[in-house]
Amino acid sequence: MGLSAEGLTVALGSRTVLRDVSADFATGRVTVVLGANGAGKSTLLRAVAALVRVADGRVALDGSDVAAMPARARAQAIGYLPQDSAVHWNMGVRDVVALGRLPHGDDASGAIAAALAATRTQELADRSVRDLSGGERARVLLARVLAGEPRWLLADEPLASLDLLHQLETLALLRGAAAGRMGVVVVLHDLTHAAAIADEVLLLKDGQVLAHGPAETVMTPAYLASAYGVRVEMLVRSDGRRVIVPSGLA
Amino acid sequence: MRLNMMLALLVAALFAASLLVGKAWVPLDAWWSGDPRWAIVTQLRVPRALLGLLLGAALGLSGAVLQGWLRNPLADPGVLGVSSAAALGAVAALVLGVGSQWGVFAAAMAAAVGAMALLAALTWRAESPAAFVLAGTVLASLAAALTAFLISIAPNPYVVAEVIEWLMGALTDRGPDDLLHAAPFMLGGAALLLATGRSLDALTLGRDAARSLGVDLRRLQALVILGTGLSVGAGVAVTGVVGFVGLVVPHLLRPLVGARPSALLVPSALGGAALVLGADSLCRLVPGTGEVRLGVAMAMIGAPFFLALLLGERGRSWG
Repeated sequence: MGLSAEGLTVALGSRTVLRDVSADFATGRVTVVLGANGAGKSTLLRAVAALVRVADGRVALDGSDVAAMPARARAQAIGYLPQDSAVHWNMGVRDVVALGRLPHGDDASGAIAAALAATRTQELADRSVRDLSGGERARVLLARVLAGEPRWLLADEPLASLDLLHQLETLALLRGAAAGRMGVVVVLHDLTHAAAIADEVLLLKDGQVLAHGPAETVMTPAYLASAYGVRVEMLVRSDGRRVIVPSGLA
Repeated sequence: MRLNMMLALLVAALFAASLLVGKAWVPLDAWWSGDPRWAIVTQLRVPRALLGLLLGAALGLSGAVLQGWLRNPLADPGVLGVSSAAALGAVAALVLGVGSQWGVFAAAMAAAVGAMALLAALTWRAESPAAFVLAGTVLASLAAALTAFLISIAPNPYVVAEVIEWLMGALTDRGPDDLLHAAPFMLGGAALLLATGRSLDALTLGRDAARSLGVDLRRLQALVILGTGLSVGAGVAVTGVVGFVGLVVPHLLRPLVGARPSALLVPSALGGAALVLGADSLCRLVPGTGEVRLGVAMAMIGAPFFLALLLGERGRSWG
């Protein structure tokens, strides 16, 4: 039971973007997807959310193929936060967050209020999205996903436009979501953030799984050098947390 | 809700005015007293006003839906090529001599639905709205070229005059039969368009986010194309081409109802109905024996108005 990719192969146009990717995701855990640009991280997330056609393999949710599930049931179970944070009309913040309730067909005000509170966007609720800063809008869009109370949260670079404080807050939020029995799969670029939040790391290279497992075993200088083409320096602090900085070309 | 009530009252008032005014003024006391002018009201003005109401509602509603669907405030029913295709069908019927009212309507309707089927086939695998705009523009240009070709081979000048008169778009002398032909299609199409609301809201977040919320974009596309084809196609089939309503009305109402696409649908339908009823009444008040064509009047009111709107916006954003 759970969410898993089983031998996923995805082609976009003539290019094979993912090749035979298998990975199990667990509820209550944070899986960080890492890899260089073009390694297939975003495509993997989109495939797991059944947003791209899979050439081979499948994504299984509690044993059934997500591509064959009714769209509504899938949407209730899996929340997806795209990398693209565009909001095409200047809607009110509360209306945007309420869109998260669409798969449930209700306007459960409790869930909406909880999502606003969790992302610290209550004070923005009566404003319009165009009046927000990039970081505020990113938090509102995360609140939109949380309002749907999914069992799985797939987030594609949720820290991209956030300042340091809100990066840490969002990481804590994802951590908290996992503690609340949600399964979290998140694409990140910053290795120190990844090390801080990851229970498991899925490291992709050229559309294939380079390594998958507990963060300590995957986030090693050797694997990271192979995935990113850079040498990294790893500083282990006294509390066991790791700080990872690039130190030169591999 | 309050805006909808006010718009509905405005539509009701303009509907009543549309029954009163024209080349012959029919005062209210003539309505009860067996006055012969009563026939003008029942035979001409009631069907005309009802057609105006439906046409305006169809244009306003489809404009709001298309703007939401294409996520572009400049979209209107014209971008799908429905109006041009329906006009082509009607002109073909006129030129080829199938001049009966029913024949013209059936030909226009068939052309509109055919064009929408072609559009759906052309864009079946399309991922971006740009493909629709391009395919719709191609269809509209093709239909316009074929229409011009048909006019050029018209057998005699009377047919040409008839065609040109039809193309200008008017509610003049439309009777109960026109209403009976068009109303079922227009209402059916409007029902399909009204079902798109929440999906359009979700599309505000982009295609992937909308799909992840359980929105079936194929179904949405089918609703938009079929709904627009039926409601606008049937409208054009009886009244000729009337522009601007679908563009201006949603644009005008958006600041009042907020930017959420679903909130704009019903107000746009009411606003479109009010605009067409009002404009059609004005058309009849022009001195002289003739009337200004509704399509012409709409462009003459609409273009400067829209220009003023754009200039006003520019002032705001630059100031």
